[in-house]
Amino acid sequence: MSAGRGAVTPRPHLMASGTSMCPGCGGLQVVKQIYEHLGRDVVFVNAAGCLTLLAPYPTTPFQSSWIYTSMASAPAGAQGLVDAIEVLRSKGRISGRRRIHVVVLTGDGAANGIGLSSTSGALDRRLDFYYLCYDNEGYGNTGHQTSPATPEGARTSTDALGPGCSQPKKDLFSIWAAHEPSYLATVIGAEPQDLARKVERARGCQGPKMFIALAPCPTGWGFDPKDAGRIGHLAVSTGVWALRERVDGKTVHTKIPRPRRLVEDYLRAQKRFQHLFSPVRRDDVIQRIQARITDAWEDWFRGQPTRPRA
Amino acid sequence: MIAGSEGSQRSQRSERRLLTGNQAAAWGARLGGVDYVPAFPITPQTEIIEALAAWFDDGSLMGRLTMFESEHSMMTAAGTAAAAGARTFTATSSQGLLYSLEMMYAVAGWRVPFVMVNVSRGLASPITLESDHNDVLAARDTGFLQIHCATAQEVLDAVLIAFRWSEDRRVRLPVIVNQDGFSLSFTREPVDIPNEDAVRAFLPTRGDLDETLSGPSPQSLGVAVLDGSTYSYFRYQMERAAQGALPVLLDIEKEFESMTGRRFLPIDEYRMHDAEMAIVVVGSLGTQAMVAVDEMRAEGVRVGLVRPRVLRPFPRNALALTLGRMRGVAVVDQDLSPGFGGILHGEIAAALYARPEPRPSLTSYIGGLGGRFVSVTEFKRIVDETVVASITGHVPPPRLLFTDEEARSIRMLQQIADDAPQYELGAPFASGLEGDRA
Ligand SMILES: Cc1ncc(C[n+]2csc(CCOP(=O)(O)OP(=O)(O)O)c2C)c(N)n1
Ligand code: SF4
Ligand SMILES: [Mg+2]
Repeated sequence: MSAGRGAVTPRPHLMASGTSMCPGCGGLQVVKQIYEHLGRDVVFVNAAGCLTLLAPYPTTPFQSSWIYTSMASAPAGAQGLVDAIEVLRSKGRISGRRRIHVVVLTGDGAANGIGLSSTSGALDRRLDFYYLCYDNEGYGNTGHQTSPATPEGARTSTDALGPGCSQPKKDLFSIWAAHEPSYLATVIGAEPQDLARKVERARGCQGPKMFIALAPCPTGWGFDPKDAGRIGHLAVSTGVWALRERVDGKTVHTKIPRPRRLVEDYLRAQKRFQHLFSPVRRDDVIQRIQARITDAWEDWFRGQPTRPRA
Repeated sequence: MIAGSEGSQRSQRSERRLLTGNQAAAWGARLGGVDYVPAFPITPQTEIIEALAAWFDDGSLMGRLTMFESEHSMMTAAGTAAAAGARTFTATSSQGLLYSLEMMYAVAGWRVPFVMVNVSRGLASPITLESDHNDVLAARDTGFLQIHCATAQEVLDAVLIAFRWSEDRRVRLPVIVNQDGFSLSFTREPVDIPNEDAVRAFLPTRGDLDETLSGPSPQSLGVAVLDGSTYSYFRYQMERAAQGALPVLLDIEKEFESMTGRRFLPIDEYRMHDAEMAIVVVGSLGTQAMVAVDEMRAEGVRVGLVRPRVLRPFPRNALALTLGRMRGVAVVDQDLSPGFGGILHGEIAAALYARPEPRPSLTSYIGGLGGRFVSVTEFKRIVDETVVASITGHVPPPRLLFTDEEARSIRMLQQIADDAPQYELGAPFASGLEGDRA
């Protein structure tokens, strides 16, 4: 799928560099890309997380507005904002020339747990907004504890010693999909063309526009910041991170890795999974993780009218 | 409906109606020309948002009411909508206020103006629907200003004043208008509904649309600071704005008086001109206290009533001035800070301590928890004890009001529950009084 000619006009350098995020931060990368596609007419509504420190007083990397709410209620903050803008417009108290994009920005911890109720409320009310969840698979800002998005086998600072996280990753995509938002997609900073096309498509939708971005996190996952892009590509090529899009009740994969690499390549590259390889190789766990990925893809292929080749 | 179709002559007059405290609150928001109401139901507040929802639906009000999934969300949306320039009103009670508490601190720090009516209800556990002030006092330190009402009229007036107060550039803090559940929220009283045109002159459309959230401008709200000095600076700003809000209220109150003929001073004094003894209460308990004051006055006791209408900012100087010249002051708290006692008592003591000696003898009573009735007999007994304290100089320990009749009925409940009594009755736990529910 290629981006339509002229459809994507990113404005590079809209976002200033030199933030206090860690080098190689996958969350920052995706925010930067989405912001450059949406342009300046944006209000970010942020929940507690690493990216809260993008805009500490008195600085901001954005040429747009930013409001920090709480860990739980950024979507509700977006609702108040959108409601107010619409009411004031209808009363002629603000001029209505430009469309302001209200963009909720939260981590996976906020999205999967404490903020799920306010997200569900906003989706249920069909709020016209964007939601970007940057998923670094842990409570990053507090030192990378296990979150509902932490994958099976990953070590975190609350699963530091034993077999790592014992639960598979919570399926936020399906939870959000059950609300049938106007637009829903998974993205990753390492696939900028795919991301660009998705943002462009979402722009045309009225209602909730939901994005989950896998956000490789050098600090929490344990890899060299210079490998951030490689980790992102491995996540896609091993099928760990499926790039999907859901519109009108139908989910499609926007990139099908052929052939899929073994998940082992992805796991090996990160310190959080090292305990699966040494001192003893945990084939049982590695196989379980591989099987889960294979099954998910097979399930999806089975549901297709013409079975794509894997 | 007021004004409108009935012609301009009528439109200049106010209209008198029987309204519950909740309806009066809704009328306040309506007359105030509210743009936006984020809402979530809770007894005994729900009637307020139902009335507003109906008015948005039938076109009496232009704007929007959005039902949220929690008070935490509701409070967040109130903050962002107010930040975007909408005149915003909301209402809650009890568990709802506590559920939103994180955001109450946050939005007060955003320095956004809006009005919230809290209908006071005791907090779990145990669960109750009836009134006391622990809910609203949990918001005491949030940065919200607080007005406490004793009548339905006061509720309506307070909402109008609160919009002006909150939106004043010198203040820019959200305001809670508090009323007691049941005794006020569900009690119908005659209320003077001011004329809409007059209200519009007193409270024009919000003209302070905030640029902050307009999109293409690099401004932020509610962000992190990186050190204690910066943090302190912003907190001090709030403190100065809150302290400075008292003289602002006095300005607004003058205008309000010329519109309605009604005063709205930070403290309401009843028969205090020549008083030697004062009762201090907050909210609609004041109505009962007034009856007691009248009866005691008839018996020759020079007692009066002081009812702070505004608790934040705390009218410290005015209270110290009025109460400082008393021989005895009895504070009846409709709240309880376990391990401390009456919250209001502590604050009154702080106000009085700033005065030179001699200071009045200050007694403390806890009453009216969970809607418990405080009888005229109890108020009299309270004043009697305070008179004795002022003569002997010996101030009794804080007393938890409980009659012998109540003690007997709780023993019965305990028998049914097969529950052993944890405390022997007797002072200070029981008052030694028989019940008096007249
Ligand atoms: C109500 C509340 N509880 C806890 C915190 C502490 N806290 C701040 S950030 C954070 C982790 C957020 O995790 P996530 O949403 O995944 O974002 P990340 O930090 O990974 O970017 C926590 C627990 C908070 N700010 N508010
Ligand atoms: S901890 Fe991870 S997500 Fe947080 S700023 Fe650093 S790299 Fe980014
Ligand atoms: Mg996270």
